Amino acid sequence: MSDFLIEARDVSKRFSQEPDLAAKVAGLLGAKTKRIVVHALDHVSLGIREGEVVGLVGESGSGKSTLGRIIAGIWEPSDGEIFFAGTARNGLNDVQRRAADLAVQMVFQDPMSSLNPRMRVAQIVGEAPQYHGIVPQAEIGAYLADLLQKVGLDPSFAERYPHQFSGGQRARIGIARALAVKPRVIVADEAIAALDVSIQAQVINLFMKLRAELGLAYLFISHDLGVVRHLADRVAILYLGRIVESAPASELFRAPNHPYTVALLANMPKVETGKHAFAPLEGEIPSPINPPTGCHFHPRCAHATARCTAEVPALREIAPGRMAACHLNDAV
Amino acid sequence: MSATLEVKDLSTHFFTRAGVVKAVDSISFSVERGQVLGLVGESGSGKTVTGLSIMGLVDRPGRIVSGSIKLAGQELVGLSERDWRTIRGRKIAMIFQDPMMTLNPVLRIDTQMIETVLAHADVSRESARERSRQALSRVGIPSPDERLTAYPHQFSGGMRQRVAIAIALLHDPELIIADEPTTALDVTIQAQIIAQVQKLAAETGTSIVWVTHDLAVVSGLSDRLAVMYAGRLIEEGPTAEVLRHPHHPYTLGLLNSLPINNPQGQPLNQIPGSTPSLLRLPPGCPFGPRCSHRQDDCASAAPPETSVDHGVRLRCFHPVARQGALA
Repeated sequence: MSDFLIEARDVSKRFSQEPDLAAKVAGLLGAKTKRIVVHALDHVSLGIREGEVVGLVGESGSGKSTLGRIIAGIWEPSDGEIFFAGTARNGLNDVQRRAADLAVQMVFQDPMSSLNPRMRVAQIVGEAPQYHGIVPQAEIGAYLADLLQKVGLDPSFAERYPHQFSGGQRARIGIARALAVKPRVIVADEAIAALDVSIQAQVINLFMKLRAELGLAYLFISHDLGVVRHLADRVAILYLGRIVESAPASELFRAPNHPYTVALLANMPKVETGKHAFAPLEGEIPSPINPPTGCHFHPRCAHATARCTAEVPALREIAPGRMAACHLNDAV
Repeated sequence: MSATLEVKDLSTHFFTRAGVVKAVDSISFSVERGQVLGLVGESGSGKTVTGLSIMGLVDRPGRIVSGSIKLAGQELVGLSERDWRTIRGRKIAMIFQDPMMTLNPVLRIDTQMIETVLAHADVSRESARERSRQALSRVGIPSPDERLTAYPHQFSGGMRQRVAIAIALLHDPELIIADEPTTALDVTIQAQIIAQVQKLAAETGTSIVWVTHDLAVVSGLSDRLAVMYAGRLIEEGPTAEVLRHPHHPYTLGLLNSLPINNPQGQPLNQIPGSTPSLLRLPPGCPFGPRCSHRQDDCASAAPPETSVDHGVRLRCFHPVARQGALA
């Protein structure tokens, strides 16, 4: 029995293009048409415990947003299951399913495109709790004021529109909206990436404050390793739809195991004091339409062997609480 | 050694219906041959307008109201559009955050590159093509012959940025303005681009003004660092000195707010408030209301530029004592 509040078990997600008319006709006439299938996630398992912050790191195309959306219940996985408090989410009845969905809320990257420009803050934040009957109609004003205060906004802002706010304030509105239905898990997808440095620090502090006050768990999706190191208890590294390493944050940053993690940490810009030569990782993340055989990372890996080309390395425990998917760990 | 770029008391203002926006307000700096200047600031600090001013690309309602910009001794402010054409793209090139600002989506790469070569050099089409091919391989694009005939959408984001850099380098410019060129890229791709630019600048002696909001990126890349806030240059000096011993409370605040400079899991040292609107700047020092070192005189007048030790220039009445954040 796992102690995960929400857990993705062996989840895969494939996106395929519907054949257009020309392709259908060609198919009827006997032409061999091939559907393009993108393997966004490939047998990924990831769990989040009550009150835990899990950092999910990956480059574009790694599938980190896809996993976030599946865990948040926005998308259904192609294979595998999401378990909420130990029960498969698809096996729940309607009432339970709704509660499970409300318990996981999402905060998006771009606050401008995720807030309806024609709605006032009071509607944006207040719509969901009223619809779901979380707050009685009469008390919604006080509930909103309390929420806005929690995220560091003046309650008098409730009658304003999103365009009247700065980027940092919009991020706070997005967070307030997620909090409005009293979730237990927040999926934050690059929630601070679009903000200025001094505002980023304010929003990170807000995330930490809310966690302490409300006991929230976070799936914190980011490409910024510095931020993840600061916030996360545990970190999972995604590469082209597979988790290549997961470990407690302190250990992952102290002694990364997978060659990709090692390269990511080496390439992470740091405020070193002085000019130095950069030694970048060569190559790019391959296309998920045509992923490499074996270990997805082998074309860019300095340690790759024939086995890496042929065989997919299993994600397995290399030390208590640490998982990695690399054949190099078998050598010793 | 004479400087490649000398900017003196440059002010670029925008005359809008709501009032005069002093996007760049009396800033001075210079860049030596082959050196990299990191121009750092948050949104609205004026770093991009500074870059556009140097390129002569400020459009109405904005204009350069005073100051001088000299490229290898030649004054650029007040040049006619005709004279600008011999400079832009040849002596100064620009790399944008979004390479699609540089690339035309409906033209093949070779068309665009050959056009750029022919605009400034009296060579045959064949040799222009050869030069384009060499430029692509110089920025690390594999099989340049094939890639020349491709369209921009067939490239990945990192590769597109490489093409934009290759175009910028076609005429071996004296100066490149790079405006957040790696911000939209992944960490590993960003490192590749920085390494490439670093290598090319060293080989060709091209000077670079690297505009960014990310202190971490320029810290390993630049020789000097200039920090802007609300249109003003508030601190400028050798990169190592500015980062190790920030003198301006804003620079210190920025460094202290980075997660890496804070104990893990603890609240970050945040700068309170947000950047002021350039239409309603607070009196005196624009950073005053957010500043932890604020005293009464800060609101009475804007601090003038002063030189302090170790080659640092500063606009602050009450700078941080030299034992900085990163001892």
